[in-house]
This record gives sequence, structure tokens and C-alpha cells, in this order.
Amino acid sequence: MSTYTWAAGYVDDGDRPQIVTSRFKYDDGYTLERYHATGGYDGLRAALARTPAEVHDEVKAATVLGRGGAGFPAGTKWGLMPPGKFPRFLVVNGDESEPGTYKDRLLMERDPHQLIEGCLIASYAAGLAQVFLYIRGEMPLAHERVATALNEAYAAGYIGRNILGSQFSVDIVLHWGAGAYVVGEETALIESLEGKRGEPRLKPPFFPAAIGLYGQPTIVNNVETLSNLPWLAVNGAEAYTAIGTATSPGTRMVAVSGHVKRPGVYEIINGTTTFRDLLYGDEFCQGIRDDNELKAFVPGGGSAPWFTPDQLDLPFESKLVGAAGSMLGSGAVMVMDHTTDIPKAALTLVHFYAAESCGQCTPCREGGTWLERIMQRLADGRGSHDDLDQLFEIGQAICPGVFPHAASERVGLEAKPFPFKMTTICFVGPSAYTAVHSAVTLFRDEFEAKIVERRRIPVSIEAVGAH
Amino acid sequence: MSRLNEANVILAKEIIGRYPKARSATIPLLHLSQQQNGYITSEAMVHIGELVGATSAEILGTATFYEMFKFEPVGKYLVNICGTMSCQLLGADELMHHAEARLGVKAGGTTADGLFTLEHAECQAACTEAPNMQVNYRHCHRMTTAAFDQLIDDLAAGRLDGEIPPHGTLARVRQQIPADKAAGVASLDAPAQPAWMPAPEATS
Amino acid sequence: MTTIDPDTTADDTVEAPPVDPNAVNITVNGVPHVARKGQLVIEAAADAGEYIPRFCYHERMTSVGKCRMCLVECDTGRGPAVTVSCMVPVAPDMKVDTQSETTKRMQEGVLELLLANHPLDCPVCDKGGECPLQDQTLSNGPGESRYVEEKRHYEKPIAISDIVLLDRERCILCDRCTRFADEVAGDPLIHFNGRGNNTHITTYPDEPFSSYFSGNTVQICPVGALTAKPYRFKARPWDLSQQESTCTTCAVGCRTVVQSSRDEVLRYMGVDSEPVNHGWLCDRGRFNFESVKSPDRVLQPLVRDGDQLQPSSWNAALAAAAALITEATAAGGANSIAVLGGARGSNEDAFAWARLGHEVIGTPNVYAQMGDGLPAGLLGQPRATIDQAAHAATIVLLGPDLKEELPVLYLRLREAAEKRWSRIIEFTPKRTGLSPYAWRTIGYEPGTQVAAVQQALADPAIAAQIASGDVVVVAGRANLAESSAATVAALRELLAAVPSALVLPAFRRGNVVGALQVGMRPRPGGLDTRSTLQAAADGKIECLVLVGADPLADFPDTDLARRGLAGARRIIAVDSFLTASSSLAHVVLAASAYTEKSGTTTNIEGRVSTLARQVTPAGNSRADWMIAGELALALGGDLGYDTVDDITADIATLVDGYAEVTIEALAASTDGVVAGVPSAIDPMNVVPVDLPDRNAYDFRLVVSRTMYDQATGTANSPSLAHLPRGSAVHLHPLDIERVGTTAGTEVKVIGPRATVVFAVVADESVLRGTAWVPFNNPGPNVGDLIDCFAAVNDVRIENI
Ligand SMILES: Cc1cc2nc3c(=O)[nH]c(=O)nc-3n(C[C@H](O)[C@H](O)[C@H](O)COP(=O)(O)O)c2cc1C
Ligand code: SF4
Ligand code: SF4
Ligand code: SF4
Ligand code: FES
Ligand code: FES
Repeated sequence: MSTYTWAAGYVDDGDRPQIVTSRFKYDDGYTLERYHATGGYDGLRAALARTPAEVHDEVKAATVLGRGGAGFPAGTKWGLMPPGKFPRFLVVNGDESEPGTYKDRLLMERDPHQLIEGCLIASYAAGLAQVFLYIRGEMPLAHERVATALNEAYAAGYIGRNILGSQFSVDIVLHWGAGAYVVGEETALIESLEGKRGEPRLKPPFFPAAIGLYGQPTIVNNVETLSNLPWLAVNGAEAYTAIGTATSPGTRMVAVSGHVKRPGVYEIINGTTTFRDLLYGDEFCQGIRDDNELKAFVPGGGSAPWFTPDQLDLPFESKLVGAAGSMLGSGAVMVMDHTTDIPKAALTLVHFYAAESCGQCTPCREGGTWLERIMQRLADGRGSHDDLDQLFEIGQAICPGVFPHAASERVGLEAKPFPFKMTTICFVGPSAYTAVHSAVTLFRDEFEAKIVERRRIPVSIEAVGAH
Repeated sequence: MSRLNEANVILAKEIIGRYPKARSATIPLLHLSQQQNGYITSEAMVHIGELVGATSAEILGTATFYEMFKFEPVGKYLVNICGTMSCQLLGADELMHHAEARLGVKAGGTTADGLFTLEHAECQAACTEAPNMQVNYRHCHRMTTAAFDQLIDDLAAGRLDGEIPPHGTLARVRQQIPADKAAGVASLDAPAQPAWMPAPEATS
Repeated sequence: MTTIDPDTTADDTVEAPPVDPNAVNITVNGVPHVARKGQLVIEAAADAGEYIPRFCYHERMTSVGKCRMCLVECDTGRGPAVTVSCMVPVAPDMKVDTQSETTKRMQEGVLELLLANHPLDCPVCDKGGECPLQDQTLSNGPGESRYVEEKRHYEKPIAISDIVLLDRERCILCDRCTRFADEVAGDPLIHFNGRGNNTHITTYPDEPFSSYFSGNTVQICPVGALTAKPYRFKARPWDLSQQESTCTTCAVGCRTVVQSSRDEVLRYMGVDSEPVNHGWLCDRGRFNFESVKSPDRVLQPLVRDGDQLQPSSWNAALAAAAALITEATAAGGANSIAVLGGARGSNEDAFAWARLGHEVIGTPNVYAQMGDGLPAGLLGQPRATIDQAAHAATIVLLGPDLKEELPVLYLRLREAAEKRWSRIIEFTPKRTGLSPYAWRTIGYEPGTQVAAVQQALADPAIAAQIASGDVVVVAGRANLAESSAATVAALRELLAAVPSALVLPAFRRGNVVGALQVGMRPRPGGLDTRSTLQAAADGKIECLVLVGADPLADFPDTDLARRGLAGARRIIAVDSFLTASSSLAHVVLAASAYTEKSGTTTNIEGRVSTLARQVTPAGNSRADWMIAGELALALGGDLGYDTVDDITADIATLVDGYAEVTIEALAASTDGVVAGVPSAIDPMNVVPVDLPDRNAYDFRLVVSRTMYDQATGTANSPSLAHLPRGSAVHLHPLDIERVGTTAGTEVKVIGPRATVVFAVVADESVLRGTAWVPFNNPGPNVGDLIDCFAAVNDVRIENI
């Protein structure tokens, strides 16, 4: 037996409502057979029994928040398409690459039919002509599972012309990326799908709902967002909103990684589950590894400003988290215990965003690299106090004015809430600065300690080391 | 001959036929050519340009934007070690050091036998299973140095040939859209109200 | 603007101002301003006197908002928001703040980041002194960058085409050159490459940026990253003096700025003329200034002494020329004298020469066309402007490949099709540069264009399209190897079907329209060029005067041209170069060139604009009009002109349609003055020629011009001289198979008169059954195969 594992790890044994992960417990959750055996395509049938407008209204009533990062309600987004303008497209965002995020790949690998059914319901409700399912290139297993599921679904008459004997016809085309984080941004996704470089377009004026793929109205939705629809179509908006809170109904998938005892992907109750529940709760991560102290955590993917133990009791509710100086983003929590080398950890994120910059706008292209170089120096113990100041100066060129951060009792800081100003086209530029800003604001002492360390190195040794 | 071969041209045309505009097939066709040749050749880009109606400069511009496309031969196995935060917190650096020592190349290098190319990679959407790596984009979770060694041994010995195709082959299952079932490509020239939607559309 | 009368009370002025639906009230830095609906903030601010710095924004291209230099703060009621002023349109009551603390911080920040990787080698950079990056650093910047890291390194300038070099270290990735190539020129051969910090501009390896319009990228590059070989290291901007002028290389008449230093022309730049060129120039027009300072210029008059042309004084040469004309008149009467040419000069040159020919010499035989256009009568049709053509619902093309012959007109019409203002219906014997953008391309075999037009007009979809709005027909000569009769008949057919259609004549040579309109056309009984050459060949021309005309190069039927020049008893040439034709002359009068003389020129739409004299004429050369005046005096006449302005004024008084083209009107307008359509121009009279039977084994010859050929301006400009593609026979690939040869192989092309050996080129733009050969290109001469009296020319193609 090999000691490495191919299959995605997944643990979630809590007794909570499962809207999107209900088939994860089966090894064959991805087959049409299992899907049929567990209520598969009932949602599509339920939708087809109603008018498109009724289905759309149901989705609106349920307030299905987008799970890709921005948290915009799906039903509202569909309604932004200019009436009467056709054809319209759906582009499924399966480009999952935000640091810390691991859920869409699971949904595609473990339950591809659920996603397909979600696409069909959306297409029916919003009058879409064609669906493009854009899967991140570095996910061949997801690709194979989705391709197999699509082939099965075509054969079974769920996709294509006159679906289940109705007037409703739509094709779903599997498309795959080739490695570029920024393509996950919806306008870049569209550019990429047009065969171009994945450079984001400025919004406004180009909102995909009005001017998207091939200049036509286009909905971009995340894999998890769409995977909610079959359950919703069967159980109705009332059942959906009965879970979670009024502003954050339903559940959401959250990946918890880093220094916890039981890292994993959990489907939690939206709006009520707190970070403390998640990190310490028995049905979740069961505490910090080795019972160490928690130093900090990133609450919503690599782009989110960091939290410290001060924020543990916040629930997964975007307004509250925003007011506290961060965001829920893509449902990814990265946990750092007290042994963490903060400058090094932050460096990985700056490096990520600098490397993933598309390069079209000056502040991100030039600023990101510059931030990374300085952070590398600081992390390596070669930095200076001027370097620390310079980081903020560069930050001002990317995000002029006040930048959000969490409150910290330890260093005596008040929270600065969202939003912030930015000089870039998309959020990659600001994200490069976020980790820098959080780390240096909350843990300046750790950076300074490294600078001091360097001074203690005798000159002679340094000279030798230079060779 | 590193233009697309005959079988792949047929496949390419089928793929192009799924999009309202041919140029959308650029990335899938680049993958197809990488599957054929192991990397993206100059002739392949010219050929793809002809197929999708773009200049070679435009194809090159697109291709070089994306990390997965290689413009020079790489090893049979591309070993990508994730170095982003979740993995770094749980030992990605050690794993990379070990990999460099074991393979005898620095990140970015290819072993002398042409079997392995080692690369530093960014988040692989597996963060809860850190530290992670991929071989030809197949995930390997919760890696240890011992597991790494065994994996390399197995790959070198051909014990994983069935599981991991050589670099360039992404997915071994392709989508088929049966002609008799297809709804058809959306027409941009003759826009039509969807048949199942009552017109005029109820504005919401 | 309403003025307030001090005598009225405030109440009297409360009269509601008329509501303009296109007006948007905003404030710019607190000052109220009325902007236009849909106008971008950056433009509205400029109108209000606030220049917002920018790098990527260009008013003639789609905004991309990439450089982030133009960020300002705008408040639309929800507090000041960071606004990309080059992308966001004004909104009612918007408060634009270009001076706020945040705006300043953003601009300084972006500038510092732009400089982070910039080499700052201004002292050795061609752009130094006229560089927006340098300027903005001095006015808005932090002064220096605190960037201490290693900068990006790239190989110093790489040649991305024969003419243009790229220094990627200086490039700020503004996307202007690439956007131009893709969006304006339609040649996306340069592109961004790589990603993030490694993004850079490249061409595809071994596929250079060989666009006819590449020079524009050099002009719009906001830094010194793109440079053009003809200008590199030639001068510093502060040493240049400049004047606005008009390009006379072709008849589009693009507006230019001529720049010189120490009496040497160093550069042309495009000027943004709204009705004409939108700031663009083609490379031929931009770079052929090199020919002005060519060492091969004719610097003084030459008089033949046996086999030799000997330098002479002006007095002696003029006397010799006058003597030739007097002798000719004595021998054969004035009617035995013919004047050919005039299209390469100014309106004033042409007018003076027309008067000399018609009035002083007294011959009706004066013609500015070289047998390669349509009859001058085309100019009598209701004329379209370029703008009307580029906004017409339907543009019908019945003429040459505009990309090759009238390049910037091609850009304008391409834009019209791309932006979907217009649909193009094209009739052509060979696919053209506009075919990819045409709504319908209707290929016809030479001689059958009438049938092609009739058939098209019978097609309901085409008929509906034509009926859908205004129609402009761009008419010209698509094939030099056929008589113009069929094209004229097809045009008549079109105009009869669409009487409201306007015509834009696709005449090519610099000032051919001006020359024809001011009088260089035959008087009743006079000969056109073909008849002149035929008469000369028959020994009936006692004196042939070539005014910048080179029939051996330009007249399609080389055999006739050769026989005509051989048969003319006396030849006088007015030229800047010794061409194949002018070197046969008995007297050569040294003519000054473009940029060496002032005056006016008339473009295809009839727009008259000014030419600037920016340098002193080479050697002892003189302007054509002066030469005409002096020759008139030597012949005992007097044109009465002391200055060029005298002639301009005379044209306004005397020439049909030019009444409004006064010196004052020209001085007052930036875009020139459009002359009226001449009312008294002769009708399009062509003698119909019968189409011979078609032998299925023959190929019907199609011959047309390419942008680069052996024209003197191109051949004497070192940067362009090697660009002509070369003479070869282009065949459809299937026809190559039929002939049983392969591309690259030489074949015999056999006509009734001659056999010429050409290499074969496979070319899918050529119709099956036809053979295309570019005209006047280096290599075997296709003119030897052309009989200008035949309706069409059919050839056999055989392997050697
Ligand atoms: C830089 C960047 C990267 C993003 N990456 C992803 C991604 O990988 N997957 C995703 O679904 N959304 C991603 N998004 C969010 C998308 O732009 C978009 O909001 C989302 O796909 C919409 O779907 P939803 O409304 O269903 O959430 C990203 C956004 C940005 C700015
Ligand atoms: S912020 Fe960065 S990634 Fe986003 S558009 Fe600008 S350069 Fe590209
Ligand atoms: S070369 Fe000049 S025009 Fe082109 S992107 Fe660079 S700076 Fe802009
Ligand atoms: S199009 Fe004609 S007028 Fe314009 S620059 Fe070119 S040659 Fe000169
Ligand atoms: S950080 Fe390594 S897989 Fe996400
Ligand atoms: S000028 Fe507006 S972003 Fe460049």
C-alpha cells in the first residue's frame, strides 16, 4: 500500500443539515447511479414543472449568496441581465485557486451531477442559451469526473435538446483553464474563455450581466453557488431560509487548514457558526495542534485581512466580519499557532499575489513585486526599518487612504472596517498588500525582531556568508 | 511534425464547433497540442492560430499567460510542490528541500534522465490536506519525505503508469456531445428568445 | 452662453435656458462645467481646462484603463470615489476633483511605480524632451523612485519589423501599440507576452510586425520604447522646427507635421484631422521623406549633349526647352505637343502648367492621368467625403485594393465596418485588404463587372441593404490589365440603380484630383495619355513634356510607353529624379520636392489643404510653377505669377468649384476646405470594347499596385526601398496544381506580345482562372504583357 493518497481528504461527521455535501459520504457519489438513488435530478424536474420566472423568484426568495468571494445573491444577479437581450450565457466558475480554498474541487470530484443539475436549473430560470463550465486546469480528476457525468447526463436526456421532453434546451460545454489564479475573477474568466489572456476588465462599465461573453449578457456563478440549486428546487426557499440567518441563509462550505487538529472542509450553518466553533468545536477542528496557542488566522482566503484570537467569537456573517475589518471571501480559514514565523507566512501570500498578477495595471504589476522583494528581505533577516515604512508607502499607491484591519488588544488597535480605495482594476493588487498590511500592523514586533537579529551578526561572518 | 496530427485536427475541429467563436477553443487546443508533443511547439501555435482564426502572436500572447503551458520539453513527470500558506505552515519548505536533494535538481530543473521536472507551485486547492504536491497535476496529499521517496521510486519503476499519464495529458476522459442530442451552439447573429421562455419576458 | 445685460434686472434673466438633452452639468475642481452626455471624465476635464495625466488613454482607441495614471476622485453623491477618468463617463452633478489629496497620492504612487523598472536613460533616449513619462515625472512625480531593487532586464532594442525597434526596458506596457495594431490597423502581430512582472511586448518569432501602419505605434508610444530606424539618434526634439502640411504620397491627403533640423527633414508625424486621417499615417507616407534628401536628386537643370545629359544653368536650360517647343510648333503645330503629368505637384504647380500648356503653348493635349485610373469625368459625379463614406449605411467598393493604394482610407473604412456603422459590399477581381471586413465580397473575372453588379443588385438581401440608407461608391481602377470601360459601365449600372449614391473617387497619385480639377486635362479634341503615347509612337508628337511623369514605370502598357517615348521627337522633363523616362529627355528641368515648396493640394474628396515649405530646395531645383512661369516667359508669354499665393488666389477666382478655397479660408481652417464638384468636367466617355472569348486554359491577367513598389519616393528612401514584395505571378493554389507546377518555381507567362518568366506564388486571394501580378515591382516587367487597347489580357502559363 502506498503512503500517499490520491483521493481528496474530507472529514465532516457533524450532525448538521447538508445541502451540498450530502453525497460526500459515498465513495461513488459522482456516479449517475448513486445520484439517481439519492434524489438526483428531482430538482430539475421540479423546476421544469414551474415557469422560469417562478424558479427565478424562488432563488431570489432564498437569497442564495454567491460563494465565489463577493457574496452577491445569485437570484439578484440573474435579474441584472437586460430584458430581451439574447443569447445569454452561463459561465461556471470552477477556477478555485484562492489560497486556502478547497471546496469547489470537492464538489466537482465528488458530486458532479449536482453541479450539472444546478447549471440546468439556472439556465432554465434565466433563459440561458449555453453553459460553459470552466474548470481550473490543474484539476484533471475534477475534469474527468465532470466529463463522465456530462456524458452520462447527455445520454440520459438531462442535457441537450428538449430536456426531459420539454421545450427547454441547453448545452453544457466543459472548458478548462491552464493555470492562472487571476482568471478566477469573473471578467478575466470571460476573457480567458474567449481565448485571450486572462486580464480582468474594468467594472464598471463592463458588468458581465450586461456585457459579458462575446459581448452578450452573461452570468458568472461559482460551483458551490450552483450546487445549492437542486436542493433548493426540491425543498423550496422556505426550507432554505430556515437554515442560517436572514441575511446569510443556508449553509456554506469552509475549508480550515493550517495548525488545527483536524483540518478539513465543513459545511457549516451560515451566519451563526462562529470561528471559535469552527476552530475548537468537537464536530469541527477540535482545537489547535498540540494544544498550542492560536496566534492569528485568515478568515476568508488569502485575500482577507487577518484576525487574531480577539475575533474568535464572530459568526460567519459578512456584515459583522466586514465591520471587524475583514471578509468571508471564499470560505477558507488558515490557522497559525504561536510557533508561526509571521513574516515568512505572510511572504507566501505576497509572493502568491505578485506571481499571479496579470500585469496589466501598474500598481499591481510593479507594486506587488516590490512588496515581495522587501518582504523577502525582511523574512530573511536582511531588512531594515526603512523597509517597513516603504511597505506602507507602496501600499498607499495600491490602496490610498485607510486600509482595513482587525482590532487587536495586544497591540492596542481599533478595527478599521471595509471597504478600501484601490488604484487597481481588480483585487489582486490590493490582496498583495493585505497580507503585508495585516502582518506588519498586527505583528510589527516580529518583523522588528528580525531586523535586530541581523544587527547582531558579526560583520566578518556576514562577509563570509556573502561568498 | 509538431503541428496537430490528423486525429487531433479532427478533435480540434469538434472542440471549435462547441463555441460561438472559434477563438474560444484556443486554450483547449493548446492543451491538445501539449498532450501530443509534451510541450507547446512553435509550429503548433501557428497551426492553432490558423484553426481558430488568430495570428500566431495572439496565440503566443495567450499561451504565455498560463503557467501550464511549457515552451520547452519538460520531464515525463512534472512535480509541483505547493508553497502557499497552508502548505508552508505544515512543512512545504522541508518537502521542497527534500525533493531537491532527492532529485538532484533545483526547483525549475529537470533530472538528467528526463524523467522529472521539479517546480515550485501555488495553492493547489487542497489546503486542508497540506502539505500538498502534484505529479502531472494529480494531487498527492499530506506528503511526507518518506512518501515522496516512495512516490518517486514508484514513478521511476513505472508502477504508476496506469494512474499518471505522461506530462501533457490532462484528462483521459473527454466530453462527447452527441449530435442527435445537442441543443446547438448559441447564435450571436440571429439572437432568439429561448423557446421555453414566454415572450415578452417578465422583467424581474 | 447667455450674456447678462447690465441694464436688465435679475428677474429678467431668469428666462429658462433651453434644455440641451446632451448637456451634463458637472463641476471640475469646484468650477461648474457643461459636459456632453457620454463624454469621458478625462475629456470633460480637459475641456474645462484641467489636464489629467495619462499614458494608456488615446482618444482614437478603446479605453483600457491599464496604466492607472488618470485616476481622480469623483463624487456622484455617495462621497468621493476613485475614478478611472479615461473609462468612466460623466454623470449629472458629478464633482470631479483632479487636485484632491488622494488624487495626488495616487498619481505620485503610480508614477513612482512606473519608474521603478524604467531605465531612466533619458539622455540617450530618442523620446527625451518629448516624453510624457519624463514630463509627468517632472510635474507630478516624486522626483525619483525609491526603488532600490534590481530592475527588469531585457535585450536592448530588438527589431520588431524592418522599420521599428522595441526597447522593452523602457516599455510601460500601456497597450497603445498593441491596441493600435489590433484595433486600428487590423494587424495584431505584436502582442503582450508572459504575465505579471514578466509581461512584455513581442512579435511571434520570425513573424515581424510587418504592418503598413507600423510607424503609428512609434508616434503614439508614450515613452521611448518604440523607435523608427529613419529617425533614431537623428535629433533631439528641442532642435526640431516644424510646420503642418499634407502628405501627397497618395490622394488621401493625410495631415502631417513636417519636422526638420538644420534644413534637413527628419520626421513626419500624423496630425489628427477629424475628417481625414484621425492622426494616422501609412508607413510609405511617413517614411518616404528620406527620398527628399536622396543623393540621387536632380540638383540642377540638365541639357542633352549627344548621349549625355550635361549640367546646365537655368537660363541655358530654359532657353533650350523653349527652343524645343518653338521648333515643335513650327514642325507640327501646337497640336503636336503634349504635356503629361502634374499629379505629383501642388494645385499651383498644376494650374501654372495647365495654363502654360493650354494658353501659352496652345495645345489641347494636357493630361495628369497616366492611363492607370478611371476617366477624369468621374470627378463630375456627386462626390462623397471620406467621412460620408465612413459613415454610410452601405459602402460599395468598385475599385482597387484600398489597403495598397489609399492606405489611410482603408483604415477609415475598416473602422466603419468593424464598428458596424457601415456594411461593405465589394466587387473585386481579387480579394483585398478590406475583404475580411466586407459584408459581401463579390469576385468577378476581369471584364464581367457589369454582370456582377447586375446580379448583385438582383439579390434581395443586397437590394435591401442598399435600400437601408445612404450609399457611397468608392470607384477606381482595380486592374491595370484591362480597359476601364467595363468598370465605368458597371459604375453607371450602380448609379442608375441607386441615383442618390455619392461617389468617392479612388484616384491614387498624390494630387491627381487637384491637377485634373484645376485644368490638367485635355481640352476638346485633346489627347489622353494613351492616345498621346500612340500618337508619339506613330511619329506625330513633335514635343512631349513630362511634368513629373514616368510613363515607362507608370503607364500599364510598357510596350506602348516605350514606343511612344522613342517616337517623340523632343522630350522635356520636369523632375526631381532621373527616372527611366526623364533620363530620355533632351532637357531636364530640376524640380523641387515635397517639403521644399509651399502651396495647396486636393485630395480624393476635393479637400484642399496646405503644403508647407520646411526646407530649402535641394541644389538649384525650383518649384514646378516657377519653372512653368519662366518657360512661359522664354516662350514670350507671361503667366503673371510672382508668388505661389498669386496662383492660389487665381485658382479661387478661375477654377470651377474652387471659389471658396481662398487663402483666407485655408488659413482659417485646420482641416482644409472642400472644393465643389466641377460642373463642367467632361462626362465619363469611354469607348466600350468587346470582351474576347475566354479560352478555358488561359488565365485572365489582373495587375494592380502594391503599397511598396518602385515609385521614386519609395525607391529613394533607404528604409523603404527593400520593402516591395517583388514581381511574381500569383495563382490560386488549385490553379498551381492545374498548371502542374509548384510555388516558388519559375513559369513562362505567355501573352500575344511577349513571354515573361515569373516565379509562382500561391495566393488564395486570387480568383481561380486569373493570374495576379503586382505592378511596377522589382523583377520581370508585367507591363510587357499588357495591351492597353484590349478589353482584357489573357495569358497562357507554361512550365519551363
Ligand atoms: C482575483 C479574484 C479571483 C477570484 N477567483 C475566484 C475563483 O477561483 N472562483 C470563484 O468562484 N470566484 C472567484 N472570484 C470571484 C468571481 O469574480 C465572481 O465574483 C464569482 O465567480 C461569482 O460567482 P458567485 O456570485 O456565485 O460567487 C475571484 C475574484 C477575484 C477578484
Ligand atoms: S490588479 Fe493585478 S491582477 Fe488585477 S488587473 Fe491589475 S494587474 Fe491584473
Ligand atoms: S512599446 Fe510603447 S506603446 Fe507599446 S506598450 Fe510599451 S510603452 Fe506602450
Ligand atoms: S495614406 Fe496616403 S496621404 Fe496618408 S500617409 Fe499614406 S500616403 Fe500619405
Ligand atoms: S496552500 Fe497548498 S494547496 Fe492550498
Ligand atoms: S490613462 Fe486612464 S488608466 Fe491609463
